[in-house]
Amino acid sequence: MTDRPVSPDSVALAAQASSWRSAYVHVPFCARRCPYCDFAVVAAGEPGAEETGRYVDALIGEIGLESGPFPIEAVNFGGGTPTRLDPHDLERILIALRDRFGLASDAEVSIEANPEDWSPRYAAALREAGFNRVSFGVQSFDPEVLAYLGRRHSPDQAERAVTVARSAGFDTINIDLIYGAPVETDPSWASTVDRALTLGPEHLSAYALTVEGGTELSRSVRDGAPAPDGDVQADRWESLAAAASSIGLVRYEISNWATPGHACRYNLSTWAMGEFVAFGTGAHDHRDGTRARNVRRLDAYVERVERGERPRSGSEHLDGFERKRERFMVGLRLAAGVEAGSVGTAFLESAEGRRLLDARVIESIDGRVRVGRPLLTDLVARSVLSVSEEDC
Amino acid sequence: MTAPSRIRNFSIIAHIDHGKSTLADRLLERTGAISERDMRAQMLDEMDLERERGITIKANAVRLDYIAASGESYQFNLIDTPGHVDFSYEVSRSLEACEGAVLVVDASQGVEAQTLANAYLAIEGGLEIIPVVNKIDLPAADPDRAAAEVAGVLGGTADEVIRVSAKTGEGIEDLLEAIVERLPAPEGVEDAPLRALVFDSFYDTYRGVVSHIRVVDGSITKREPVRFMATDLDVDVDELGIRRPATEEIDRLTTGEVGYLITGVKEIDLIRVGDTVTDVTAPTDEALPGYREPKPMVFSGLFPTDGDDFERLREALEKLRLNDSSLVYQPETSRALGFGFRVGFLGLLHMEIVRERLEREYDLDLVATAPSVAYRANLASGEQIPVRSPQDLPDAAALASIEEPFVKVMIITPSEFIGTVMDLVQQRRGVMGEMTYLSPERAELHYRMPLAEIVFDFFDQLKSKTRGYASLDYEPDDYQISDLVRVNILLNGVPVDAFSTIVHREKAYMYGKAMVSRLRELIPRQLFDVPVQAAIGTRIISRETIKARRKDVTAKCYGGDITRKRKLLERQKEGKRRMKMVGQVEVPQEAFVAALKLDM
Repeated sequence: MTDRPVSPDSVALAAQASSWRSAYVHVPFCARRCPYCDFAVVAAGEPGAEETGRYVDALIGEIGLESGPFPIEAVNFGGGTPTRLDPHDLERILIALRDRFGLASDAEVSIEANPEDWSPRYAAALREAGFNRVSFGVQSFDPEVLAYLGRRHSPDQAERAVTVARSAGFDTINIDLIYGAPVETDPSWASTVDRALTLGPEHLSAYALTVEGGTELSRSVRDGAPAPDGDVQADRWESLAAAASSIGLVRYEISNWATPGHACRYNLSTWAMGEFVAFGTGAHDHRDGTRARNVRRLDAYVERVERGERPRSGSEHLDGFERKRERFMVGLRLAAGVEAGSVGTAFLESAEGRRLLDARVIESIDGRVRVGRPLLTDLVARSVLSVSEEDC
Repeated sequence: MTAPSRIRNFSIIAHIDHGKSTLADRLLERTGAISERDMRAQMLDEMDLERERGITIKANAVRLDYIAASGESYQFNLIDTPGHVDFSYEVSRSLEACEGAVLVVDASQGVEAQTLANAYLAIEGGLEIIPVVNKIDLPAADPDRAAAEVAGVLGGTADEVIRVSAKTGEGIEDLLEAIVERLPAPEGVEDAPLRALVFDSFYDTYRGVVSHIRVVDGSITKREPVRFMATDLDVDVDELGIRRPATEEIDRLTTGEVGYLITGVKEIDLIRVGDTVTDVTAPTDEALPGYREPKPMVFSGLFPTDGDDFERLREALEKLRLNDSSLVYQPETSRALGFGFRVGFLGLLHMEIVRERLEREYDLDLVATAPSVAYRANLASGEQIPVRSPQDLPDAAALASIEEPFVKVMIITPSEFIGTVMDLVQQRRGVMGEMTYLSPERAELHYRMPLAEIVFDFFDQLKSKTRGYASLDYEPDDYQISDLVRVNILLNGVPVDAFSTIVHREKAYMYGKAMVSRLRELIPRQLFDVPVQAAIGTRIISRETIKARRKDVTAKCYGGDITRKRKLLERQKEGKRRMKMVGQVEVPQEAFVAALKLDM
């Protein structure tokens, strides 16, 4: 790959990422629904959970409905739990993508995996199929936190899964963590960070536990269970950021760290307004200035694809000013920041922008704007939304 | 015309809820002024607000024809009066137009402070009083006790007290006969130059100023030129009339009669309550006893929640003032609240009514700053300046002393609560005067206390500590030097004018601490630590910190759903619209409202 070993937070990489194209494949199946999850998921026992073969056929059908060529630099299989599928099915999908759009020879081909589904044989089969990156939903190394999050694996299983992936020859191993669950403590988080970093991952993602509407977690919080505390989460993020950088992981997005050469292309290009195609229930794509989304229901999705229709539930086309503003707004998530352009310049000159500069929430360097306090990125984004076309 | 000997002019004095309006309705019905079927309950109260709160704001006069038991016919003029102490000036003007008053007391409640205050006003004005105990039909009624109490207060005997039920009509005939027999006829000189008293004035969109007048001497005739003596305004009488209660035009009002007068004048300031009307061609030399400028006692800043509504607020105040010449206001600018008005009120109830009318009738959303009284600052230079807002107070260096208005307070309470009332008044810097037992169960307590202490929820406290039994009345006394200080509230080091207040030095700490901790809870966290301080001059008396906001970001987007993310941010941004910037701090409008609403 030409970008190796470029630092994950470099401006050059962010600029390059805006021209990358990627593909996302959604696999909704899960052994069970985690209490905090609001993704399009079908848990075991729910209608359609056993019809994985029919779903894979539908995915391949949907890929055939999208026009190519669209040479792809990165593929991401997410979910749900993509590793609920047979490696052979995953390979069929990958081949369909390659045939339809074309895949760069050094493309990043990534899959999300649950540690409990992982075995040397499964790992080898995925390598064989062409996957070179795996992202483990480790979430925590504290059994109490894992139980709270409804995760079924043990801390040891997570460690073994990483070792197995390493032996199988994956280029990039990512560990996903969730911080700030009310049952988590400072020492338990310190130990989670320590065990995660000891495994020497090339990539690390850490997300604050968020109470999403309609989830089991939101119902229990509404009924009086403790909610995650924003200040505690800020503490957790800061301690992780310090520990990660001490072993050479570089933060390139609010919640993502990588060693040089291992920044996630799919992730980077999303925030750099790169284009991507997406398939499966509830999937969102971004192509030719249009953001479109698929239906979330499994049965509706499969039926519509089988009828030869795109299973869309809606779309929006952004042009001109709105597109510029969105590029600026989403780019703020990157550590490299975003080119100011006309929107950024107007923003920096606004009262709100000056206030944020004064408080050092944002920085303006060499024509770029960066969020200096990444945990306040949404606050900055809301202010950016106040910039109107007349201001530019 | 009716001979003065056949005229009876009277008011009904009653505490809120003691049944004045119902009694008035019954009198109207019994004299045939309105049929039972047409009767809208509580005929005399015109405004919705009055109806709702059970109080009468503007006086009104109705003529009734009564044929007495003797067979003689009489003209009754029932002059309605406001029931609340805030309007005591209006009450006194209304009473000026009468020879007598019917004092109504609830048979279960007994005498209340406000009733008594108005009764004293009537007695001082030389009016004959007919005491009435109402609601004798109620199971809880104790007419004997109430009658004894009234008689005790007025210095008569219990059998002079007429017992009625305005609801069932029982005793109404007795009352009507008593009005004929006990109340004096108007005294006036029929062939003297015209002297008529303006006892009420209001603005009508179509007719301009409509005045209620009582002819004292001489007579007034339609189309003749008249003079308003206080403003030296000469105009023609466009229309004369009476209300029965339906409006009825007439050509002439003679000595002792009551009616309304329309001249086409549009400015209410030109026709003042208390003024004397005389004939331009044959004027009197002597005006009726004095017109008095109504004096605002309580001030508060009124600001539109939405700054764009400033002009609408101005127009609404202008319109209200057309009907309420006691309302005074001037523009005020607050760094925190923007453009608004400093408004002077006769009292707390007046303030509440004006606010409610502005919000209800003019559909305005208002923030009111903490009410303050009219202080006077004595400067080192020897000059004295009025202080109607904490902002008017000069710096300590230029200040010699501050004077505050005191009031004479009368509280009537069941005897068991005397100790409680004494404690409460003492906490409010009250000094006890006389105490009189109205009966073994009830006492009348007199105090002198700062008006400012009453302005802050004193009435509510009094009510709650006496389980609603105590009643309160007060009248202005004099000014007195007090140890007063201005407490400033600083947000991030910048004083927020809306929260400044003038308090007694001993209470400064309590106010400061309460306001600071309240603001810490109400103001959302900012980009940096924000100190919230209370200060007297440069001395900080209380401090808390709003810790900086540390996290405002959501995790990953659902499967790259940037559309949903942006829409969520847009919705959240809407919430920011109602923020005001105060010294680099974003303060939600609700925080101002909540901080100022809560009682100290």
